[in-house]
Amino acid sequence: MAQAAAVAKPPAPPRRRRASATPRRLPYLLIAPAALLMLGFIAYPVISVFYYSLQEYNPTKPWRNGYAGFDNFVHIFTEDPLFWDTLVFSAKWVFVEVGLQLLFGLALALIVNQTFVGRGLGRALVFSPWAVSGVLTSAIWVLLYNSQTGITRYLADLGIGDYGVSWLSDTSTVFPAAIVADLWRGVPFFAILILADLQSVSKDLYEAAEVDGASRIKQFWHITLPHLKDAIILSTLLRAVWEFNNVDLLYTLTGGGPAGETTTLPLYIANTSVDAHDFGYASALTTVAFVILLFCSMVYLRLSKFGGEK
Amino acid sequence: MITKEAAPAAPAPERTAPEPLLPGKKRHRAWDEAPRWQIYLPLGVYLVFTLIPFYWILLFALRPAGSTSLVPWPMTFEHFEKVWTDRSFGTFFYNSVLVGVATLIMTTLVALAGGYALARFDFRIKRGFMLALLCSQFVPGALLLVPLFEIFAELQMINSLGSVIIAETVFQLPLSMILISNFIKNVPYSLEEAAWVDGCNRMRAFLVVVLPLLRPGLIAVGSFAFVHSWNHFLFALMFLNNQEKQTIPVGLNTLMSADSVDLGALAAGGIIAAVPVVIVFAFIQKWLITGFSAGAVKG
Repeated sequence: MAQAAAVAKPPAPPRRRRASATPRRLPYLLIAPAALLMLGFIAYPVISVFYYSLQEYNPTKPWRNGYAGFDNFVHIFTEDPLFWDTLVFSAKWVFVEVGLQLLFGLALALIVNQTFVGRGLGRALVFSPWAVSGVLTSAIWVLLYNSQTGITRYLADLGIGDYGVSWLSDTSTVFPAAIVADLWRGVPFFAILILADLQSVSKDLYEAAEVDGASRIKQFWHITLPHLKDAIILSTLLRAVWEFNNVDLLYTLTGGGPAGETTTLPLYIANTSVDAHDFGYASALTTVAFVILLFCSMVYLRLSKFGGEK
Repeated sequence: MITKEAAPAAPAPERTAPEPLLPGKKRHRAWDEAPRWQIYLPLGVYLVFTLIPFYWILLFALRPAGSTSLVPWPMTFEHFEKVWTDRSFGTFFYNSVLVGVATLIMTTLVALAGGYALARFDFRIKRGFMLALLCSQFVPGALLLVPLFEIFAELQMINSLGSVIIAETVFQLPLSMILISNFIKNVPYSLEEAAWVDGCNRMRAFLVVVLPLLRPGLIAVGSFAFVHSWNHFLFALMFLNNQEKQTIPVGLNTLMSADSVDLGALAAGGIIAAVPVVIVFAFIQKWLITGFSAGAVKG
């Protein structure tokens, strides 16, 4: 930002000449469409969620609607075991998913950043699940996990797992099964971002390190990883928020089941509002989720010293 | 490229020699020369994991219903015909294309205007606006379904594709705008100023000088917007109740949540859903990486 300002300031004389473009108002005109859209369709809904969170609001029970104070919040924290269950599952889901995606994504990026025969094709194939939607991922893995015709049957032929077990409807297998399905789609995201950042590591550093006799592992720890730090922090954060909020995959793959085993907090909220029409309570849950998310993000950015040591 | 094995131990000066042989501006660095098996073995294992699911869905889409063969032979297209006409995937496809293209255009145009302002001007609410953009990343779209539904109901836009287009655009905007403003910052301001001196006004200078240089970035942002809106599911599920108006992900979900799932139809529907994004992806893959590295985290 400082950089842009510095670029914009020095040529003072020509600036006056483009007075015809009314530079004072121009930036506001330019951001107006974006600002209006975001005010109307993000800010206003957010505010109305805060407002409804203090209300008893259920279109199917209009006689009970009205100001409820903090009743919804009191209920969440004291009388709703589902809230705690789904919160814990969300944390587990996000932590495992983002951790594994980062690990595999980093390894994959380092591999396809090497020079080797067939690199272009290799990259394209390895990255391709990135383009696939959550719903389509579900469709594919529903086919794979099907107890009659899925890959599980052939694995059972090989002695891995049992016949006739549907991994998605067994409480002991559903978590790893869902994790693997989401990994399939999520790893390329990290791989692409990290690969992009790898392009900008100065190769002089590696050459210097090599002259000093540093092993490749040492080069990775002392050159590559520090260079990638900001990109990794930012992409893990964005991804964690995304994994927390996104309900496409679990909604279609497991529906939060079996027995509520894979219900994340947002899925619980969606069910509360869409199925139970309890908008007031769902709004209170949303508010809590939002605050938790914001708080965790702040702590994460602070702890990881994002953008520090420049 | 041919030097290997002994290469890592070789001193630096020799490393630079093979570089000019490489085409284009591909970077090539000393420690790239890892033993071949360290590349091909993990890559091969990962490829198996990536490709088996794709193969599996192709298999189900192409082999006759009830077959348990592991190769799609005899090949049949009956599932595709059924899904396209009986299950209205033809209509869904059309709707999804409309939503995707409209979202792409709106997102790119609005983000381009806003991104230019952020990159080239200092104005009073700039910091606050940037903060709002970042904060909006934490707002879960899925959790705003109810208030958004009420807004679109008020605007009489339920069951119109416009509601989905607006919702998708709005949630694409913040990130797109930040990325585009970074791309624009990478174009030297002096280029624009030179064009003004030559008599261009600001708009024309932008179109002639800056826009062509933004191509990789715009391709990355635009294809992102397209792929996201093509894939996204909840908004369409919530705002479009009329079957005539639904999009492909909603159609897939309907197939999946049926009491007895028609696996062949589901697989064929999945292929139809995948084809456009896979084609887009194949085209933009190169630009995606350069686009991201250009727009990457920069003050």
